Order: sequence, then structure tokens, then C-alpha cells
Amino acid sequence: MADTQKLYDAVLNGDQKTAIAVTEQALAEGIAPLDLITNYMVPAMDEVGRRFECEEYFVPELLLSARAMKGSLNLLRPLLTAGGVEPAGRVAIGTVKGDLHDIGKNIVASMLEGGGFEVIDLGADVAPEKFIDAVREKGARIVALSALLTVTMPSMRKTIDALKEAGVRQQVKVIVGGAPVTQQFADEIGADGYSDNANAAVALARRLSMEKESV
Amino acid sequence: MSRLRSWLLNGPLITDGAWGTQLQALGLPLGVTPDTWNLDHPEHVESVARAYVDAGSQVILTNTFRANRVTLADSGMAHLVEPLNRAGVAISRRVATGKARVFASMGPTGKMLMTGEVEPEAVTQAFSEQARVLAANGADALLLETFSDLDEARFALRGARQFGLPVVVSFAFDTGKNLDRTMMGATPEQVAEAMQAEGADAVGANCGAGVERFPTVCQRLKAACSLPIWIKANAGLPEIQDGAVHYTTSAAFFAGHYSALTAAGASFIGGCCGTTPDFIRALVAARSAPCV
Repeated sequence: MADTQKLYDAVLNGDQKTAIAVTEQALAEGIAPLDLITNYMVPAMDEVGRRFECEEYFVPELLLSARAMKGSLNLLRPLLTAGGVEPAGRVAIGTVKGDLHDIGKNIVASMLEGGGFEVIDLGADVAPEKFIDAVREKGARIVALSALLTVTMPSMRKTIDALKEAGVRQQVKVIVGGAPVTQQFADEIGADGYSDNANAAVALARRLSMEKESV
Repeated sequence: MSRLRSWLLNGPLITDGAWGTQLQALGLPLGVTPDTWNLDHPEHVESVARAYVDAGSQVILTNTFRANRVTLADSGMAHLVEPLNRAGVAISRRVATGKARVFASMGPTGKMLMTGEVEPEAVTQAFSEQARVLAANGADALLLETFSDLDEARFALRGARQFGLPVVVSFAFDTGKNLDRTMMGATPEQVAEAMQAEGADAVGANCGAGVERFPTVCQRLKAACSLPIWIKANAGLPEIQDGAVHYTTSAAFFAGHYSALTAAGASFIGGCCGTTPDFIRALVAARSAPCV
């Protein structure tokens, strides 16, 4: 019998190989995908998040756990979709125009994928039009903007303004982050949410996508 | 005695301030890799270098932070490794000769080793290639700066050390409640021990946090190794006013930390993002200030 508790440990310890192996075995034995996610994987990621907030875990541990989650989710996703369960949401993420840094954005993208989101990674130095296309043509419902340089922070505002002008601002939630970005700045430019780290960004995206549904 | 230590016999050296923000003030457009101005607008790059030498910098850097093959390849400029680095050293050399030493700047690749975005050998190769050009064109020393991953710094240092120049390795401590960890979770102690073991000639902290955070990090680096310490703080957290970015730290506030930094064991002191030649002038004045 599959030792599903091992799935919790594998995610917590960032052991993708074991996460995949346990998931395969559990599925072969007919254990429901949602059971695995709800009872083992999500609690493990919650513990990962707690350790990160307490500074027991840092970015490397986050990334490894997210990778283990993703390995397992790749096996579960098709079954979930077949069973009518949709992904947590579709996120278009990118570093804003003029900014070439992408590590922070990549970390958040990995965490979102580990959190069950479908992520459209638009890369770095992304023009506002590309975010608009991702909303219109690819159905992104959350737009995540990253900036590392102080001088590119105004590009966040421009991107949000462009979403408004294109008439798609109401369809999406916009979240922002990056070293120089603050909650105050996020409020000022009319973003829906701000997070100062990749872990909290997932919780934020979850909260916003639920708001979205209740509207 | 190592060559680098011999430069410190008469006390700490004052280095330079930011280049990127200075070049932006001269019209560098957003999204343009600053290093390309070594070829496209050498006169502007030279004016930044000259401003620092005139302000009293005893060490100036080069405008080559992003000029490694891995980073340049991202924007289709891998073929420019040689010319960008050659021109970058030549510009700083031209201005510094007889007045300041040239420490050639090398930033991280911007790729994550642990997720397999880049392989260890590619990191070592990229920094070896960049260091070779910088050394061949007259750099006095090499500076690996703004690193956050111990492994990437190790692999980079292996490449950079191959040409006989002293190598400084500096990390950005910007994470954790006390801003005393790198993004990847490394502490000052781990950084100092790892870089000394790997053969660095000096170790340090740059960028990341405002200057008031640096004396503690400096002291911890110093206590954990026997290497000279390199410190380049940025001008505090920027604020947005009327859509424009302002750094709130003044040159006087910044230079007010000079004695705390030397007391904490700093051998090289300068500024990172947001600092200007005024900050360097203030440091020079702080160094010669009478006892209070």
C-alpha cells in the first residue's frame, strides 16, 4: 500500500523523486487525487510556508518543495481536469518593461505552480501589451508584475494603466512585488495585492482568485 | 603579503558609488544593458568614472557588471563579451591611472544553479572568460559583487582566480527580519568561511540594505575570516514621490557611518545603488574629520 504520509514528507523536504513515486503508487491503488492534495500536499506546503516565515527555510528550500509539488501535480492535473476540477487559476507573470531581472519572478512563478496555479511566464522586460494579450487571448485571471530596479517601478503603474485602457482591468487581479516595491506603492498604483515574498504571494493569489469567483 | 593587503597598509580605501543610477541620469534608457554604453557612449561612462576619481575614490570599478556570457546571451549579445569588457576596463583605466586602482566589476549570471537554469561548468567558464579579458586589459583586481548563492560565487571564483589578480567576493544581504541573510539564506559567517576556503582575497557586502545595516554585517564577516572586508551600502530604501524615485538617505547620513564601518573592520568603503560622487566626497571628509 502506498505510504501517503511519505508524500507529505517528500514535499516538506523538497524530494521530488519520492513525491512522484508515492503519487504514482497511490494513483495505481485508486486513491483520489484530491485526497492526496488536500490531506498531504497542501498541509506540507503550509508547513514549508511556516518554516519560511520563521526563517528556518529560505528560497532554496522553497524552490525544492515547489518542485516536488509540481512533480506530483503534473501527474494529478490530467485526472483532476478529467474529473472537472480546474487549476487554482491562470496567472500571467513577468518582470515589467525596462527591467531585465528575472530571478525573483522565476521564484514566484515556481511557487505559484507548486500552489496549483497555471503559470504563463512572459519573461523579463515585458511590454504592457504582452500582459494584455495574455489576459485577452490566454485567459489569465491574475497578472503578476515584478520589478527589481527602483527606476522601473513606474512601469508597473504604466502596465496597470494599459490594462485599464485596453478595457481588461476588471477581468483580472493585479499583484506586484520585488525588492523596492512596498504595500504603499502597490496601493498608490492601484494594484489589488502586494507581497514581500514568494511564499506569501501564493496565499495572496489564492485569496484574490476566490474573491474573483465570489464577485 | 598578498598584493591586495599591501594596498591597505595605510588604512582603509574609499571606493566609488553607483554607476547604473548615474548612467541613467545621463540618459541611459530603461531596458538597455548599461554595459553596452562602453561601446555606444564611452564618453558618458568615462564621465561617471571621472566624477568618482575627482571626488576622491581610491578604487573605482568598471561598467562591466552584466558582461558575462550567460547574462549577455539572454539579450542576444554573447558575442560582445570581449569588446564590452575590453572597453570597460580601458575607460576606467584611462581615468584612474596614477590616481585610483581599477577593480573590475562582475555581477552574477542571474540564473539559478539549483533549478538547473545554468550548469556549474558554464558559470566557471563564463567568469573565467570575462576575467581573462578584464585582466588582459589592465584591471588591478577583480570584484564579484551582489552575489546571493554561495555555490554560484564558488564556481565564479574558480573561474575568476585563474589570471593572477586579487579577487574580492561581495554578497547582497537583503533577507530575513534583520536583513542579515542573502536571498538564498546564507549568513555573513557562512559567506566569509566559504569564500576564504575557496581562496578569495577579500570578502564583503554590497547593495541590499541601507548603510545603517552594514556595520553589524561587516563585523560578522570580519569575525568569521581573516580576509579584508569590502563594504558598499546603497542609499537606503527608495521612495516614490510624484512618480519619480528618490533615495532618502543623504550623503551626510551615509558618511556618518564611516567610523562605525572602520571600527567594524571594513577595509574598503563605498556606495551602491543611489549613491553619487557627493557620497564619496562626504566619505573622504569623514575620514579626515578630527576626533569628536
